[in-house]
Amino acid sequence: MSGRIVRITGPVIEADGMRGGRMYEVVRAGNAALIGEIIGLSEETATIQVYEDTTGIAPGEPVERTGASLSVELGPGLLGTVYDGIQRPLEVIRDEFGDFIIRGASLPALDRERRHEFTPQAEIGGAAAPGTLIGTVPEGRFTHAVLVPPGTDGTFLRVSPPGNYTVEEEVACVRTAGGEDLIVSMLQRWPVRTARPIREKMAPSEPLITGQRVIDSFFPMTKGGAAAVPGPFGAGKTVVQHQLAKWSDADIIVYVGCGERGNELADVLRQFPALDDPRTGEPLMGRTVLIGNTSNMPVAAREASVYTGITIAEYYRDMGYDVALMADSTSRWAEALREISGRLEEMPGEHGYPAYLASRLAEFYERAGRVRVLGPTEKTGSVSVIGAVSPPGGDFSEPVTQNTLRIVKVFWALDADLAHERHFPAINWLQSYSLYLDAVRGWWEEHGGPEWDRARKDMMSVLQKESELEEIVNLVGSDVLPEEDKLALLVAGIIRESFLIQYAFDPVDTYCPPQKQYLMMRLIHDYADAGRAAVGRGASSAQVGALPVTGRLSRLGSVPTTEFPTFFGELERRMEEEFGTLGGGRP
Amino acid sequence: MTSPAREYTSVTRVAGPLMAVSGVGDAAYGEVVEVRLPDGERRMGQVLESRLDLAIVQVFGGTRDLDTEVTSVRFTGEPLRMAVSPEILGRVFDGTGVPADGGGAVIPEEVRDISGASINPTARDYPQDCIETGISAIDGMNTLVRGQKLPIFSGAGLPHSRLAAQIARQARVLGDSEEFAIVFGAMGITSEESRFFMGEFEETGALEHAVIFANLADDPAIERIVTPQCALAAAEYLAFSRGMHVLVILQDITAYCEALREVSAAREEVPARRGYPGYMYTDLASIFERAGRIKGKKGSITQLPIISMPDDDITHPVPDLTGYITEGQIVLSRDLHRKSVYPPIDVLPSLSRLMAGGIGKGKTRDDHGPVSDQLYAAYARGRRLESLVAVIGEEGFTPIDRLYLDFAARFEREFIGQNEKEGRTIAESLDLAWQLLSSFPDEELKRIDPTLIAAHVRRGAR
Repeated sequence: MSGRIVRITGPVIEADGMRGGRMYEVVRAGNAALIGEIIGLSEETATIQVYEDTTGIAPGEPVERTGASLSVELGPGLLGTVYDGIQRPLEVIRDEFGDFIIRGASLPALDRERRHEFTPQAEIGGAAAPGTLIGTVPEGRFTHAVLVPPGTDGTFLRVSPPGNYTVEEEVACVRTAGGEDLIVSMLQRWPVRTARPIREKMAPSEPLITGQRVIDSFFPMTKGGAAAVPGPFGAGKTVVQHQLAKWSDADIIVYVGCGERGNELADVLRQFPALDDPRTGEPLMGRTVLIGNTSNMPVAAREASVYTGITIAEYYRDMGYDVALMADSTSRWAEALREISGRLEEMPGEHGYPAYLASRLAEFYERAGRVRVLGPTEKTGSVSVIGAVSPPGGDFSEPVTQNTLRIVKVFWALDADLAHERHFPAINWLQSYSLYLDAVRGWWEEHGGPEWDRARKDMMSVLQKESELEEIVNLVGSDVLPEEDKLALLVAGIIRESFLIQYAFDPVDTYCPPQKQYLMMRLIHDYADAGRAAVGRGASSAQVGALPVTGRLSRLGSVPTTEFPTFFGELERRMEEEFGTLGGGRP
Repeated sequence: MTSPAREYTSVTRVAGPLMAVSGVGDAAYGEVVEVRLPDGERRMGQVLESRLDLAIVQVFGGTRDLDTEVTSVRFTGEPLRMAVSPEILGRVFDGTGVPADGGGAVIPEEVRDISGASINPTARDYPQDCIETGISAIDGMNTLVRGQKLPIFSGAGLPHSRLAAQIARQARVLGDSEEFAIVFGAMGITSEESRFFMGEFEETGALEHAVIFANLADDPAIERIVTPQCALAAAEYLAFSRGMHVLVILQDITAYCEALREVSAAREEVPARRGYPGYMYTDLASIFERAGRIKGKKGSITQLPIISMPDDDITHPVPDLTGYITEGQIVLSRDLHRKSVYPPIDVLPSLSRLMAGGIGKGKTRDDHGPVSDQLYAAYARGRRLESLVAVIGEEGFTPIDRLYLDFAARFEREFIGQNEKEGRTIAESLDLAWQLLSSFPDEELKRIDPTLIAAHVRRGAR
């Protein structure tokens, strides 16, 4: 099972004597036993991408085949852990090897010593189909379901009694129809490039609430949906991704920092343990798995990192959880593909990216979805994917953005001009879209209120009107506009400043629950309606703007959530009073 | 890499900065070679690709006068390393880390592999010590913190060197007198620019705290490929072995990238944008990500790379990829320079991503964040209106619009503009901001909490 290195060029090496090697099989390359993966075969010769720095490797050194595909370890203990792109536990590596990552450092992803409290749920002699519950293990505040892994099918010959077990110890034994006895432990391995099997995909129906107004109210995401956040540097992609990781109402978050900054990961590690989930009051870190392959870590491991992340997400989905995966940034992943493709001297497609870029992107995003999971009991779970895209020069016509947009249903376009004005989140409301509006309308009308759709459409049309008027204003100034148009500009300003801008660093405004979002929309919508009526009665837009209530509409987001209903009632009353004084009194 | 040295005379091909040595079976990737020319001159090189019977070597110092007959190549069995000790402070090296000031070789306390290793992300300490640079546009609106990498995006003829020197001269951390050092990596800059920095360092006494790596415009371009690594190896030693706070100035990253492109083209690699190699993002990241702090260690590395944007184009691959790696950017503007504003920092596209963690109550002042946001919003609006003046004339503006126009002009002159020798404290910068903002009625200051306005705006001269 071993070959010999014949060529080294950066992260790509070639080895001969590799007959029998399979595509995507993992190998250990060189005397330092660096982890690599076969990405091309030609008779005896295998092309291998290496997940670690190849400096110092020379031709003639051995290559050992492992017979396995690049896989992740799945089991209790994943939550709260920080891994690199090929699931090496970074905190353990630091304890063991120091502050800098040295090569060949290889440690198991799941702690082999730690014992987990297992409670059996399966009956000896009962059917053991893939997805059948064997038992449960508490993992933080979650119930970690130990399931019969895909590919194992038969009846339970043994089920272990309640007790504390390590991940490698037997928890059940399954006798297959063929009479084979398979030992099942809590530790499962799954090849990262293969989607875990499901019963069927379902249409998304419930919004993924993120507490971000422009997202939830204007361009909603669903549980099981796929979204893209493209934007030039400095437009706030990472802050948006962090906000979603912190506040979205998925059960479990998998955050993949793919080719991004080390300090950003340090920031997540600093903040998440200190922040509480607004719904459960538990530390956010307890529901999060972090995959951090920063830009200076090996490029091939960056390519693997998104697959590692989504496989872990699918594993928790199979227990019936709603999982959200953030990938920051898919462009770095695409560039890793390009870099490897270049080293393979493949014929390049657009912008030097390999011709298979589009199909790889599609494959990845297709692993998102709301699904009926395997197993005898009817259960659904979901994986939502939110990918950041970093288009060169902020130009959305480049291949990664365009190929992503062909797949995802939600597009949050980040805008450099908005970011320059410190309008955050800098999501451009004219360019962005969500194709899930019909899917979530029912939810919002039930949980927000009946006016949701009307208020939302009214606000959108005011913003649209503003952009049309801006062209005229830029030519002739705002003085010549009719009063109703001036009012539209006034209202659009309020929507932008009070509703769309949301302060991620303000302790109250950082998370805006749906009910508060709805009441804020109502306030602005009612204000706009009352304003239009007043102008219809002969009032001027300047008079509307001068009402004290106009000023009260600014910084709505900072009003504490618990006080908001009272605040809302008071402001509605004020509005009625103050508008009553305009344009010749009440109609 | 511990294989012994081997010597070959089998150079078979020389092209651009590269040569192919045949019959070499065991050259390690990244191994250093010593090339001896027919006339006895020695040059250094590094293995870029190794096969069973061939090694491709990039020759620092260029391939001029190499031949395929007499030239001999010694494979040293070592990666590129640098000797470091406290005595590197005050020394000048060439672009490959060889002493260039006439002094002797450094007696090593440590020998460091110049390419370094990645900091384990879980070992990083999140940077949050604000550095006061004395420059309002930076301190007030794009605050620099220790351990950050904040590039200056500039263009030909803009005063980026003066700005970098001013920052190096004035930078200090509030209430702190710890040991600091400057590492200056020059890549492809003119001897005049280099002299300017040396003069600056000498004048302010900073030279004895400085380590200089100089690859000037007329030095071999290919040597630039290792200059940043040498500079950062020295910086890592000073920061993490000696506990010093190190400011690394790298000028000019664009020249570095061009050298990278030269090697890539000579290897006939598939180019990405504008002929630059597809791995340039990874390559730049391996430089910039060496900034930072480590938990439990005293020192820090703060990087201030200078990038000249060809044709002032911020979407050019070099500034573009840089912006995606660094924690913000300071962008210089030709328009402001023409208006004689020094430093000509265009704050709108400028950004410090680590600002939020370094400012605020207990660090700088509680009004710092909101004031900065308000300055941005107001200046952006003023600039937008300015572009309309020519079309609709001042009469077309509302009185409020005119306030914004006046604000933008005063902001550029009084807040951004300052003297090259003038250092303003953060409090001074913020007070100045309040003075400018006080020309607006309170309702216009939508980004600032009313209680803060009440506390501060009255202090400014209305």
